[in-house]
Amino acid sequence: MIDAMNVEEPSIEKYLRQDRLPHIWCSGCGIGPVAGCFLRAIDREEIDPDRIAVVSGIGCTGRVAGYVKLDSFHTTHGRAIPFATGLILANPELNVVVFSGDGDLVAIGGNHLIHAARRNIDMTVICVNNFNYGMTGGQVGPTAPLEARTTTTPYGNFEFPFNLPYLVSASGASYVARWTVLHIRQLEKAIAEAMTKPGFSFIEVIAPCPVVYGRMNKEPKGLDSMYYYQEKSVIRNGADPKDADLELNGPIVVGKFVDVQRPTLWDHLREVSSRAQEKAKARAKV
Amino acid sequence: MKLWRKPFDYAEKATTSGQVFIDEERCKGCGYCVEFCPREVLKMSTELSPKGYNLAVVQDESKCLACGFCEVICPEFAIRISTTNEK
Repeated sequence: MIDAMNVEEPSIEKYLRQDRLPHIWCSGCGIGPVAGCFLRAIDREEIDPDRIAVVSGIGCTGRVAGYVKLDSFHTTHGRAIPFATGLILANPELNVVVFSGDGDLVAIGGNHLIHAARRNIDMTVICVNNFNYGMTGGQVGPTAPLEARTTTTPYGNFEFPFNLPYLVSASGASYVARWTVLHIRQLEKAIAEAMTKPGFSFIEVIAPCPVVYGRMNKEPKGLDSMYYYQEKSVIRNGADPKDADLELNGPIVVGKFVDVQRPTLWDHLREVSSRAQEKAKARAKV
Repeated sequence: MKLWRKPFDYAEKATTSGQVFIDEERCKGCGYCVEFCPREVLKMSTELSPKGYNLAVVQDESKCLACGFCEVICPEFAIRISTTNEK
């Protein structure tokens, strides 16, 4: 017997620019689920959508800003975090989310990333890591693991890659997590936690890139990457990010690595400015 | 639903069943929903869509428990599930 029937609109449909869909990402791309997780996290934490600003850089992941029906901005290459810093300082009530890829955040915007983490600016950074520059044809990126083949390293990559959770936690971020696209429920929870947490929150998402990176590394379909995540990922919450290095076909350590409370840039700024104002008042009386 | 051991409150609790809707214009046939469905509700179609993809289609809707995993894993925002409470 059927008791009740509730046919609902999926919760994320109201946050999508439906006239822009279907999107340009390839079949099996990992950016779509991450964008969906972010939109679902808004409803999960009941955040007012008018108080959210999405900032994206250049690249495949930079397209997210164009597909969401929230206040969004598509900045120049690597400058997503500086733009978001300006938004936060102009209106500290805003919930700013930076959505970008590894080539944008870590390569050209690497300096901005570590300095935003150092100053503990109240923003959420979601970094979709697909190990290469997908949009421009699969060149080697700063996160490509050793021995990985890309279009510019056809005999294997000879550069050491970045360990992003270690880099960001050493710079002073208050929330650092890493998940793969397959850990979709944990990822949604992590994004929801990061958005409500004051301070710099960084989430690295390992995503399949079947068309340019996977094709050259024996993962020609998105599903092959997903099987790899299923087999090789190890959930270790609270692990030292130093041990979370990524290797080609090696284990992927995922989990929430850092979750600490630190005063944010805005807290310090307000404290210093109020002290300065008191001093000025005292001087005026004399 | 076949159960290995019947829970005590099985008669009182409502089980959910779902109906899966797939947007054929958005689907690009990556196969994530088909592979990771725990109840094997979906399958890949053998004929090509106008855009040249093998789409995901519903195979046996009666097995669906509306867990919603296909909805969240879909990279194209193409799957929608309606939940029905049955007693």
